[in-house]
Amino acid sequence: MAKVHVTTSINGEPMEFLCEPSDTMLDALRGPLALTGSKEGCASGDCGACSITLDDRLICSCLMLAVEAQDHEIRTIEGMAQGDKLHPLQQKFLEMAALQCGICTSGMLVASDALLKKNPDPSEEEVRFWLAGNLCRCTGYDKIVRAVMETAAEMRAQ
Amino acid sequence: MTELRYLAPDTLDEAIGAFAKAGSAARILAGGTDLLVQMRSGMLRPGVIVDIKKIPEMTEIEQAADGSFRIGAAVSGMALAEHKTFGKVWPGVLEAVNLIGSKQVQGRASAGGNLCNGSPAGDSVPAMVAAAAIVTVQGPDGRREIKVEDVPAGPGRTNLKPGEILVSFALPPRPPGSSDAYLRMIPRTEMDIAVVGVGVSLTIKDGTVTAARVGLGAVAPTVLLVEDAAKALIGSKLDDVALAKAAAACSVACRPIDDKRGTIAYRTKVAGVLLKRTAAIAAQRATGK
Repeated sequence: MAKVHVTTSINGEPMEFLCEPSDTMLDALRGPLALTGSKEGCASGDCGACSITLDDRLICSCLMLAVEAQDHEIRTIEGMAQGDKLHPLQQKFLEMAALQCGICTSGMLVASDALLKKNPDPSEEEVRFWLAGNLCRCTGYDKIVRAVMETAAEMRAQ
Repeated sequence: MTELRYLAPDTLDEAIGAFAKAGSAARILAGGTDLLVQMRSGMLRPGVIVDIKKIPEMTEIEQAADGSFRIGAAVSGMALAEHKTFGKVWPGVLEAVNLIGSKQVQGRASAGGNLCNGSPAGDSVPAMVAAAAIVTVQGPDGRREIKVEDVPAGPGRTNLKPGEILVSFALPPRPPGSSDAYLRMIPRTEMDIAVVGVGVSLTIKDGTVTAARVGLGAVAPTVLLVEDAAKALIGSKLDDVALAKAAAACSVACRPIDDKRGTIAYRTKVAGVLLKRTAAIAAQRATGK
């Protein structure tokens, strides 16, 4: 099988990797790129655990071929904290215990970050609709939604 | 298993050449939100994937001086939502495209893929039918235009000829007093497949409907253009009698399946109910009231 060479940008860094033409972006992230923060839940675009952004648009990395990353910009959960400093959403998720087993958390954070970049002042309903593509099977959604709302309020105040 | 080849041509001619040459083993990749799921489930094992997103015509949204729009087949729902004027002119088409899947799916999924996937329940299709969209397709024998309602042939099938690729949707200019809406019934609040989907486009002058189109989804093997429903609305002031007639026309047009989402009787009744609600929203938008 001939592997394909892909040149891309991941979390602001130029990056190259090899993949099979049928590999998904999630396969590439968790395999050759060793970025295992994006989780595989359903592999069919239903659970959002593998959420990343492609050219600043939120997508499921399981629904993208790795070869499609050529010349595009990928951002993952690994790019969210600045060095040792957590992103306000990550900090708030910790403080408010907006997670339990943690499988959905990186997808929730990437999706919430994409929402707040688009809409810094979402209503609770907007948060719930935006996160409808992110499934959580253990902690429920209330703590997550509250954490997103509170982070948004704090970020607006700054 | 044969090896999969991925091609991302820069021009439409190259894409058509590669697609036609690979025959039935080839699949077009736009957003990939259906294709990758079908590959993963083992339903499909394509030999060649032709990614059309490097072809500018496939990813552009253009508004002409007369107000008409041309939307590339691979434009994502999110890109359509980000466009400055599209949602003001065609709010119903936009809301239909942005009911497909989650925000993540909308970041990639396109109206072109939604149409070519051939699902009777595709959300964007009834709205495109109501909008009188014309699609441009191009294949080895050249370019042609088809009405959007003539594209689906049945569940998972289209009337595109072998080697043809859907290029773009053309939406006509709108006279003043025009708008549209799309509503669907699903068993939960988000992320589900339509039990019934209704798209309505209206033009209203001095309180009277002068033009109407109704698209109906998920209640027959293909999305339907319901001309009798439109006829019942045209010339009316959207009074109860006209709405009841249009609703009845929608119910009569239904040839649905019975499944876990809804029975035949339920889908048939809901088609009429949704027609009334969708027409009311389109009218409110058209008249600014």
